[in-house]
Amino acid sequence: MQGMVSRRQAMLGLGSLAGLAAVSRQAVAQRSWEPNRPVQFVVPAGTGGGADQMARVIQGIVSKHSLMRQPIVVVNKAGGAGAEGFLEAKGARGNPHLLIITLSNLFTTPMATGVPFNWRDLTPIKMMALDEFVLWVNAQSPWQTVAEFVAAAKAGRLRMGGTGSRQEDQIITAALTRATGAQFTYVPFRGGGEVAVQLVGRHVDATVNNPIEAVTHWRSGALRPLCVFDGQRLSGMDRMTETMAWRDIPTCREAGLDVEYLMLRGIFGAPGITAPQIAFYVDLLNRVRETPEWRELMQQGAFNTTTLTGDEFRGWLEREETRHRALMQEAGFLAGQG
Amino acid sequence: MEEVGLLMQGFAVALQPDNLLLMMVGVILGVLIGVLPGLGGANGIAILLPLTFAMSPVSAVIMLSCIYWGALFGGAITSILFNIPGEPWSVATTFDGYPMAQQGRAGEALTAAFTSSFVGAIVAVIMITFVAPVVAGFALQFGPPEFFAVMFLSFAAFVGMGRGKPMKTLAVMLLGFLLAAVGMDAMTGQLRMTFGQTEMIRGFDFLVAVIGLFGISEILSSIEDGLRFKGQKARIDLKVVLRTWAELPRYWLIAARSSLIGVWMGITPAGATPASFMSYGVARRLSKHGKDFGKGRIEGVVAPETAAHAAGTSALLPMLTLGVPGSPTAAVLLGGLIMWGLQPGPMLFVEQKEFVWGLIASMYLGNIAGLIIVLVAVPWFAAILRVPFSIIASLILVVCAIGAYTVNNAEFDIVLMLIFGVIGYVLKKLDYPLAPLVLALVLGDRTEEAFRQSLLLSDGNLAIFFHGWLSGSIMALGLAMLAWPLIGAIWPRRKAAAAA
Amino acid sequence: MAIQQIAGREADGPMRAPEGVATAEGFVVPARDSVAGVSVRTMEILTSLGFAMAGAAAIWDSLRLGAGWSGDGPQSGYFPFWIGALLVLAAAANLLSVARAGAPQRKAEETFLSLEQARTVATVFIPTCLYVAAIPFTGIYVASAVLVAWFMVRLGGFSATRAVPAGIATAIVTFVVFEIWFLVALPKGPIEDFLGY
Repeated sequence: MQGMVSRRQAMLGLGSLAGLAAVSRQAVAQRSWEPNRPVQFVVPAGTGGGADQMARVIQGIVSKHSLMRQPIVVVNKAGGAGAEGFLEAKGARGNPHLLIITLSNLFTTPMATGVPFNWRDLTPIKMMALDEFVLWVNAQSPWQTVAEFVAAAKAGRLRMGGTGSRQEDQIITAALTRATGAQFTYVPFRGGGEVAVQLVGRHVDATVNNPIEAVTHWRSGALRPLCVFDGQRLSGMDRMTETMAWRDIPTCREAGLDVEYLMLRGIFGAPGITAPQIAFYVDLLNRVRETPEWRELMQQGAFNTTTLTGDEFRGWLEREETRHRALMQEAGFLAGQG
Repeated sequence: MEEVGLLMQGFAVALQPDNLLLMMVGVILGVLIGVLPGLGGANGIAILLPLTFAMSPVSAVIMLSCIYWGALFGGAITSILFNIPGEPWSVATTFDGYPMAQQGRAGEALTAAFTSSFVGAIVAVIMITFVAPVVAGFALQFGPPEFFAVMFLSFAAFVGMGRGKPMKTLAVMLLGFLLAAVGMDAMTGQLRMTFGQTEMIRGFDFLVAVIGLFGISEILSSIEDGLRFKGQKARIDLKVVLRTWAELPRYWLIAARSSLIGVWMGITPAGATPASFMSYGVARRLSKHGKDFGKGRIEGVVAPETAAHAAGTSALLPMLTLGVPGSPTAAVLLGGLIMWGLQPGPMLFVEQKEFVWGLIASMYLGNIAGLIIVLVAVPWFAAILRVPFSIIASLILVVCAIGAYTVNNAEFDIVLMLIFGVIGYVLKKLDYPLAPLVLALVLGDRTEEAFRQSLLLSDGNLAIFFHGWLSGSIMALGLAMLAWPLIGAIWPRRKAAAAA
Repeated sequence: MAIQQIAGREADGPMRAPEGVATAEGFVVPARDSVAGVSVRTMEILTSLGFAMAGAAAIWDSLRLGAGWSGDGPQSGYFPFWIGALLVLAAAANLLSVARAGAPQRKAEETFLSLEQARTVATVFIPTCLYVAAIPFTGIYVASAVLVAWFMVRLGGFSATRAVPAGIATAIVTFVVFEIWFLVALPKGPIEDFLGY
């Protein structure tokens, strides 16, 4: 089973590489457009978070490898859970010198706040990667498996720490409730690192931190991963602790908990930009993905390196939007629902 | 001791010529960034982060942390000269620093600020060098109830002893809390008090408000009686540094206390801003000259600067050992570590010895370099005050506008800054104290957040704040501080009554 | 908020004190203080009303959100509601103390801003308002250049031949530092657009 998965992954990888090469050549051949002034890269989140880091890595890679004549200027617009950044991009119709990096707040922010914005107001350029979520508990807790954890959660309300309110972490918590029937007390904090430390200090019972936020505490023996909210296991084969690699964490479905959640790390442009402009950025981002720095970031954060462009990307966005709406409706997170 | 050996190796790394050069460049850039309000340490480092891609991690972190030290030093400059805090933690420095400048003692105030910053930083670095693991464990004790208790203590230390009428103090403080609540409620994701306006979603950023309340309003009120600042022609040269130094050892007790407060607040990690307010409050309360604070006492500069720099430095410790940033700047540095392929957290001290000790060594050297650079420049900074009003006033307005804009990249914030300037001007003329407003604005939402997080954890039971020994004792200390002025107010009255 | 803005504007424009206050000034305060302008008393009243308005707005919005205490702690509107309520009370107390101060409290009868002071303040305040209003249209660089040059000519008595280059130099230095060195984008207008930024 596992062998098959890895072969499938390998083939997928090869296929996408070949695809990349083809796109690359084509794009270079028809490089009919390129930026003639600095490109603003909007981050709809604060400095220091995951999206900001990724944007600045891309900025650094582009300048280090001289992938573009004009510089990239990163601009943080974090107000209202990113609403401000999205509205800025929406208002920049036809401006080819603006990019925006998105996370799940692309869906959750307009749904939770009622801010007049939708992903269709932007031009999808490329999905760069998907961020994974892992269910963590304190290593001193008695729960060794998902089953034990679920049993405990059903017996008494557990406290779940997460980043922000009505965003990805709380949505996963709501999905857990739907799948198991167990109620959780969700406690929002400011950032992923803070959440992980609250778990180490046993102020909360569990978290759904991204791998990169919790890996160091796992390695120091303070935290224990129970399962990963993805359809397939993580790809890291290197030993992270005495006994385990990323790969050894079961998927939640394997462990009997039918919840899957991945977070978009995608790049969008302003609405109404032209096909050659989109092609330029797709080509640029493909080259970013081929650099060693990017690979290292992907490996460090145990990212799911799926990438999509064009209609496939749009299709994925459609499906995710529907799913988010359903999950948020059920949990009562939509604007006006209280 | 093992630490000493490792530290010596660290010095060997940090003292390589190219690293020394980066250190100087970093400090100078940092001072520049700290001087420009809005473009604070966090933004500055985030902006320069991609440039460090090509460097080795040690060199990169040396340069970036030196930018951080430089920004910590630089934040005090505009606070003292123009009443415009370049960074949130320099607000408390304006209370006595600016009056000193108005009295022609700008050089003295700057020297005191820089020197005490340096002292605070060195105390924090020594602590990081020798007791890092123990201290990191202490930080783990801090959950939401403890955090709330710390915030409560900051308020308790600061309020209740202002000179203004109590009702006016109360009104401005409440206004500060209200302004802090505008925007998205972090606990439920609901929008509060935005009244359907998109521009309000962002809320009122502390720096935008402070640039207006302190900076713009100061320009307006200082020109009422003619187009000039309350100028001073005192001759300023490098001797002022030596003269101030001769005076400073007198305040060793304040410096020691403030360093402790700073280190503690940096680790918890509550950060440099509450540390500076708390330390100023405590210094004023314990001083014999408490009544003269706010009129240009040098202790009023020493206390907040020592604490802010100690907190800013020790904030790096939880970042390195736990992966939790103690300040916004540390958060950006944290992103940097990950970018350079280092994983902050408990394993960093074990696996990346060269990096960690190189960084710690550069903390010593960077602060020494920073101190020398800024002290040499004191006469120049102070000389800015002699530039003709018509030039300096317009430049200040331009810098304020840029600062207000860069905080959130929002043009509307420039308008807000102007409105806050008018509000500050009116309130100041009517003897409303501004400090409580600022304190409530900067700590308000974090305090509410910690309070509500705690109640979520305890299912709505208020007793959670007194359950743990840690939160319980901090709360008790805070209550005692609050009660102090009340006791003080009743005591002399009774004595007076007895005498009559 | 809005009220205070208005209050501020009134403070800066030449405004006559209301009748009642002017009478009070005539009785108590020596002639030196009773110059034309806005009295402290008027401003105290306006400011208190401003505070009360802010408090009332908070109460109104909090009721919409729910200002109660649910099972797991306060709701979103709980703190703003009570803070708003206390603010209204504090403002009322301040208002009362101004009203009660009536005759003997000298402080309340002083001039907040004399006509002459208002003129001086306006020479700085009005250009600043225009500067802020111009930024969305001209960008920050052009507006800053004009502001610096204007201040130098009108307030500093410099000649235009020195002020204009100084203004342009300010704009260029700012541009180089922010847009080129630090890669920070500031508001730009048609001129920068024409130059390709």
